[in-house]
Amino acid sequence: MAIEVRVPTVLRKHTEGERRVSGDGAHLRDLIDDVGDRHNGLRAALVADDGSLHRFINVYVNDEDVRFMQGIDTPLSDGDVVSILPAVAGG
Amino acid sequence: MTTVQSRREFHLDSDTYDDLVAHARSDVPYEVCGLLAGRDGTLTAHYRIPNAARSMTLYNMDPKAMLHAMNEMDDNDWDLLGIYHSHTHTEAYPSSTDIELAFYADAVYLIVSLQAPDAPQIRAFDIVDGQVSERALVVDGERASRSLIPRNARRAGSAGEQTSGESR
Repeated sequence: MAIEVRVPTVLRKHTEGERRVSGDGAHLRDLIDDVGDRHNGLRAALVADDGSLHRFINVYVNDEDVRFMQGIDTPLSDGDVVSILPAVAGG
Repeated sequence: MTTVQSRREFHLDSDTYDDLVAHARSDVPYEVCGLLAGRDGTLTAHYRIPNAARSMTLYNMDPKAMLHAMNEMDDNDWDLLGIYHSHTHTEAYPSSTDIELAFYADAVYLIVSLQAPDAPQIRAFDIVDGQVSERALVVDGERASRSLIPRNARRAGSAGEQTSGESR
Protein backbone atom coordinates (compact mmCIF):
# COMPACT_ATOMS: atom_id res chain seq x y z
CA MET A 1 0.00 0.00 0.00
CA ALA A 2 1.44 3.34 -1.01
CA ILE A 3 0.17 6.73 -0.01
CA GLU A 4 1.66 9.92 -1.38
CA VAL A 5 2.28 12.75 1.03
CA ARG A 6 2.59 16.28 -0.34
CA VAL A 7 4.98 18.21 1.83
CA PRO A 8 4.76 22.02 2.01
CA THR A 9 7.85 24.14 1.55
CA VAL A 10 8.04 24.97 5.22
CA LEU A 11 8.32 21.30 6.17
CA ARG A 12 10.72 20.20 3.43
CA LYS A 13 13.62 20.72 5.78
CA HIS A 14 12.46 17.42 7.28
CA THR A 15 12.33 15.61 3.93
CA GLU A 16 15.69 16.61 2.49
CA GLY A 17 13.86 19.05 0.25
CA GLU A 18 11.52 16.46 -1.24
CA ARG A 19 8.09 17.84 -2.06
CA ARG A 20 6.49 14.42 -2.11
CA VAL A 21 7.25 11.41 0.02
CA SER A 22 5.42 8.13 0.19
CA GLY A 23 4.44 5.97 3.10
CA ASP A 24 2.11 3.32 4.38
CA GLY A 25 -0.59 3.20 6.99
CA ALA A 26 -4.12 2.01 7.52
CA HIS A 27 -4.92 5.27 9.29
CA LEU A 28 -3.46 8.76 9.14
CA ARG A 29 -1.76 8.20 12.48
CA ASP A 30 0.06 5.13 11.10
CA LEU A 31 1.11 7.01 8.00
CA ILE A 32 2.54 9.85 10.08
CA ASP A 33 4.43 7.34 12.21
CA ASP A 34 5.76 5.64 9.08
CA VAL A 35 6.99 8.76 7.30
CA GLY A 36 8.09 10.22 10.62
CA ASP A 37 10.42 7.26 11.10
CA ARG A 38 12.19 8.12 7.86
CA HIS A 39 11.92 11.90 8.03
CA ASN A 40 13.01 13.07 11.41
CA GLY A 41 11.04 16.01 12.72
CA LEU A 42 8.00 15.53 10.52
CA ARG A 43 5.98 13.79 13.20
CA ALA A 44 6.64 16.50 15.79
CA ALA A 45 5.63 19.11 13.24
CA LEU A 46 2.27 17.45 12.75
CA VAL A 47 1.29 15.82 16.02
CA ALA A 48 0.84 17.53 19.37
CA ASP A 49 1.91 16.05 22.70
CA ASP A 50 -1.58 14.72 23.32
CA GLY A 51 -1.45 12.66 20.13
CA SER A 52 -3.84 14.77 18.11
CA LEU A 53 -2.96 16.86 15.09
CA HIS A 54 -1.60 20.31 15.81
CA ARG A 55 -4.37 22.87 15.80
CA PHE A 56 -2.82 25.01 13.10
CA ILE A 57 -1.82 22.22 10.74
CA ASN A 58 -4.30 21.34 8.04
CA VAL A 59 -4.11 17.75 6.81
CA TYR A 60 -6.14 16.62 3.84
CA VAL A 61 -6.89 13.16 2.50
CA ASN A 62 -7.30 13.72 -1.20
CA ASP A 63 -9.32 16.95 -1.07
CA GLU A 64 -10.96 16.59 2.30
CA ASP A 65 -9.81 18.27 5.47
CA VAL A 66 -9.43 15.48 8.03
CA ARG A 67 -11.00 17.73 10.66
CA PHE A 68 -14.25 16.94 8.93
CA MET A 69 -13.40 13.24 8.78
CA GLN A 70 -11.91 11.37 11.70
CA GLY A 71 -8.92 13.55 12.38
CA ILE A 72 -5.73 11.61 12.96
CA ASP A 73 -7.78 8.39 12.99
CA THR A 74 -9.00 8.91 9.42
CA PRO A 75 -8.68 5.62 7.51
CA LEU A 76 -6.52 5.57 4.39
CA SER A 77 -6.61 3.56 1.20
CA ASP A 78 -4.00 2.65 -1.34
CA GLY A 79 -3.51 5.54 -3.75
CA ASP A 80 -4.72 8.26 -1.41
CA VAL A 81 -2.90 11.56 -1.51
CA VAL A 82 -2.32 13.23 1.83
CA SER A 83 -1.54 16.94 1.78
CA ILE A 84 -0.18 18.97 4.66
CA LEU A 85 -0.50 22.74 4.99
CA PRO A 86 0.13 24.93 7.98
CA ALA A 87 -2.87 27.17 8.49
CA VAL A 88 -2.82 30.70 7.15
CA ALA A 89 -4.54 32.71 9.83
CA GLY A 90 -4.22 35.77 11.96
CA GLY A 91 -6.03 38.76 13.27
CA MET B 1 7.77 44.03 19.96
CA THR B 2 10.56 45.29 17.80
CA THR B 3 10.23 46.20 14.18
CA VAL B 4 13.30 46.24 12.04
CA GLN B 5 13.19 48.47 9.01
CA SER B 6 14.84 46.24 6.49
CA ARG B 7 16.24 47.36 3.19
CA ARG B 8 14.47 44.56 1.42
CA GLU B 9 11.68 45.36 -0.97
CA PHE B 10 8.47 43.76 -2.08
CA HIS B 11 7.35 44.50 -5.62
CA LEU B 12 3.76 44.77 -6.79
CA ASP B 13 2.32 45.96 -10.04
CA SER B 14 -0.33 48.63 -9.68
CA ASP B 15 -3.09 46.36 -10.99
CA THR B 16 -2.42 43.87 -8.23
CA TYR B 17 -2.16 46.69 -5.70
CA ASP B 18 -5.55 47.94 -6.79
CA ASP B 19 -6.94 44.38 -6.74
CA LEU B 20 -5.84 43.93 -3.14
CA VAL B 21 -7.55 47.18 -2.12
CA ALA B 22 -10.68 46.22 -4.07
CA HIS B 23 -10.73 42.82 -2.40
CA ALA B 24 -10.33 44.41 1.03
CA ARG B 25 -13.23 46.74 0.29
CA SER B 26 -15.43 43.96 -1.02
CA ASP B 27 -16.35 42.48 2.34
CA VAL B 28 -16.16 45.38 4.79
CA PRO B 29 -16.38 45.19 7.76
CA TYR B 30 -15.00 41.67 7.55
CA GLU B 31 -11.38 40.83 6.94
CA VAL B 32 -10.44 39.28 3.61
CA CYS B 33 -7.37 37.23 2.77
CA GLY B 34 -5.48 35.77 -0.14
CA LEU B 35 -2.25 34.52 -1.62
CA LEU B 36 0.19 35.86 -4.20
CA ALA B 37 2.27 33.43 -6.21
CA GLY B 38 5.17 34.04 -8.49
CA ARG B 39 8.42 32.95 -9.94
CA ASP B 40 11.73 34.75 -9.54
CA GLY B 41 9.96 37.51 -7.65
CA THR B 42 7.47 38.22 -10.45
CA LEU B 43 3.81 37.69 -9.67
CA THR B 44 2.07 34.97 -11.66
CA ALA B 45 -1.18 34.51 -9.76
CA HIS B 46 -3.41 36.21 -7.21
CA TYR B 47 -5.78 34.00 -5.25
CA ARG B 48 -8.64 35.45 -3.27
CA ILE B 49 -9.22 32.87 -0.54
CA PRO B 50 -12.45 32.95 1.47
CA ASN B 51 -12.03 33.92 5.11
CA ALA B 52 -13.51 30.94 6.94
CA ALA B 53 -13.64 33.02 10.13
CA ARG B 54 -15.68 35.79 8.42
CA SER B 55 -14.75 38.12 11.21
CA MET B 56 -13.90 41.77 11.70
CA THR B 57 -10.82 40.85 13.71
CA LEU B 58 -9.66 37.43 12.51
CA TYR B 59 -8.95 35.57 9.34
CA ASN B 60 -8.48 31.89 8.72
CA MET B 61 -8.08 30.84 5.13
CA ASP B 62 -10.67 28.39 3.93
CA PRO B 63 -8.73 25.11 4.02
CA LYS B 64 -9.97 23.67 0.77
CA ALA B 65 -9.55 26.84 -1.29
CA MET B 66 -6.09 27.25 0.17
CA LEU B 67 -5.19 23.64 -0.72
CA HIS B 68 -6.25 24.16 -4.32
CA ALA B 69 -4.22 27.35 -4.60
CA MET B 70 -1.14 25.82 -3.00
CA ASN B 71 -1.37 22.72 -5.20
CA GLU B 72 -1.62 24.86 -8.31
CA MET B 73 1.46 26.78 -7.24
CA ASP B 74 3.31 23.57 -6.56
CA ASP B 75 2.28 22.04 -9.88
CA ASN B 76 3.45 25.17 -11.75
CA ASP B 77 6.64 25.47 -9.76
CA TRP B 78 5.58 28.87 -8.45
CA ASP B 79 6.62 30.20 -5.09
CA LEU B 80 4.30 31.53 -2.46
CA LEU B 81 5.48 35.14 -2.53
CA GLY B 82 2.88 36.86 -0.42
CA ILE B 83 0.12 36.25 2.09
CA TYR B 84 -2.26 39.14 2.51
CA HIS B 85 -5.18 40.04 4.67
CA SER B 86 -7.06 43.18 5.50
CA HIS B 87 -7.45 45.15 8.67
CA THR B 88 -10.72 46.96 8.33
CA HIS B 89 -10.38 49.13 11.43
CA THR B 90 -6.75 49.10 12.45
CA GLU B 91 -3.42 50.07 10.98
CA ALA B 92 -1.48 48.04 8.44
CA TYR B 93 0.73 46.41 11.02
CA PRO B 94 0.82 42.76 12.17
CA SER B 95 -1.31 42.07 15.23
CA SER B 96 -0.02 39.78 17.95
CA THR B 97 -2.16 37.01 16.43
CA ASP B 98 -0.63 37.67 13.01
CA ILE B 99 2.82 37.27 14.48
CA GLU B 100 1.96 34.20 16.50
CA LEU B 101 0.41 32.42 13.52
CA ALA B 102 2.96 33.37 10.88
CA PHE B 103 3.99 29.87 9.83
CA TYR B 104 5.27 30.75 6.37
CA ALA B 105 8.64 32.31 6.98
CA ASP B 106 9.50 32.42 3.28
CA ALA B 107 6.44 34.46 2.34
CA VAL B 108 5.98 38.18 2.76
CA TYR B 109 2.97 39.16 4.83
CA LEU B 110 1.00 42.03 3.36
CA ILE B 111 -1.63 43.93 5.29
CA VAL B 112 -4.21 46.11 3.60
CA SER B 113 -5.58 48.65 6.03
CA LEU B 114 -8.89 50.37 5.52
CA GLN B 115 -8.58 52.29 8.76
CA ALA B 116 -8.77 55.43 6.66
CA PRO B 117 -11.38 54.28 4.15
CA ASP B 118 -10.41 56.83 1.54
CA ALA B 119 -6.72 56.29 1.96
CA PRO B 120 -6.13 52.54 2.08
CA GLN B 121 -2.64 51.50 2.88
CA ILE B 122 -0.66 48.35 2.15
CA ARG B 123 2.46 47.47 4.05
CA ALA B 124 4.70 44.42 3.70
CA PHE B 125 6.48 42.48 6.42
CA ASP B 126 8.71 39.53 6.97
CA ILE B 127 7.60 37.71 10.11
CA VAL B 128 10.15 35.15 11.18
CA ASP B 129 10.29 33.57 14.63
CA GLY B 130 8.22 36.37 16.10
CA GLN B 131 10.46 39.05 14.62
CA VAL B 132 8.76 41.58 12.39
CA SER B 133 10.74 43.45 9.78
CA GLU B 134 9.10 45.77 7.31
CA ARG B 135 9.88 45.70 3.62
CA ALA B 136 9.67 48.70 1.38
CA LEU B 137 6.66 48.22 -0.87
CA VAL B 138 7.48 49.06 -4.47
CA VAL B 139 4.57 49.59 -6.85
CA ASP B 140 5.39 49.69 -10.56
CA GLY B 141 8.97 50.40 -9.67
CA GLU B 142 8.25 53.28 -7.33
CA ARG B 143 8.50 53.11 -3.61
CA ALA B 144 5.10 53.48 -2.03
CA SER B 145 5.10 55.91 0.84
CA ARG B 146 3.04 55.08 3.86
CA SER B 147 0.58 57.76 2.98
CA LEU B 148 0.22 56.52 -0.55
CA ILE B 149 -3.27 56.87 -1.85
CA PRO B 150 -3.71 54.44 -4.69
CA ARG B 151 -4.54 55.94 -8.00
CA ASN B 152 -8.04 54.64 -8.02
CA ALA B 153 -8.79 55.53 -4.41
CA ARG B 154 -12.21 57.03 -4.41
CA ARG B 155 -15.31 57.13 -2.37
CA ALA B 156 -17.87 54.51 -3.20
CA GLY B 157 -20.37 56.11 -5.49
CA SER B 158 -18.12 58.89 -6.73
CA ALA B 159 -16.23 56.84 -9.24
CA GLY B 160 -17.33 59.15 -12.03
CA GLU B 161 -15.29 61.99 -10.60
CA GLN B 162 -12.13 60.42 -11.88
CA THR B 163 -12.07 60.08 -15.59
CA SER B 164 -8.68 58.51 -15.66
CA GLY B 165 -7.04 55.97 -13.44
CA GLU B 166 -3.65 57.29 -14.48
CA SER B 167 -3.03 60.25 -12.26
CA ARG B 168 0.43 59.83 -10.90
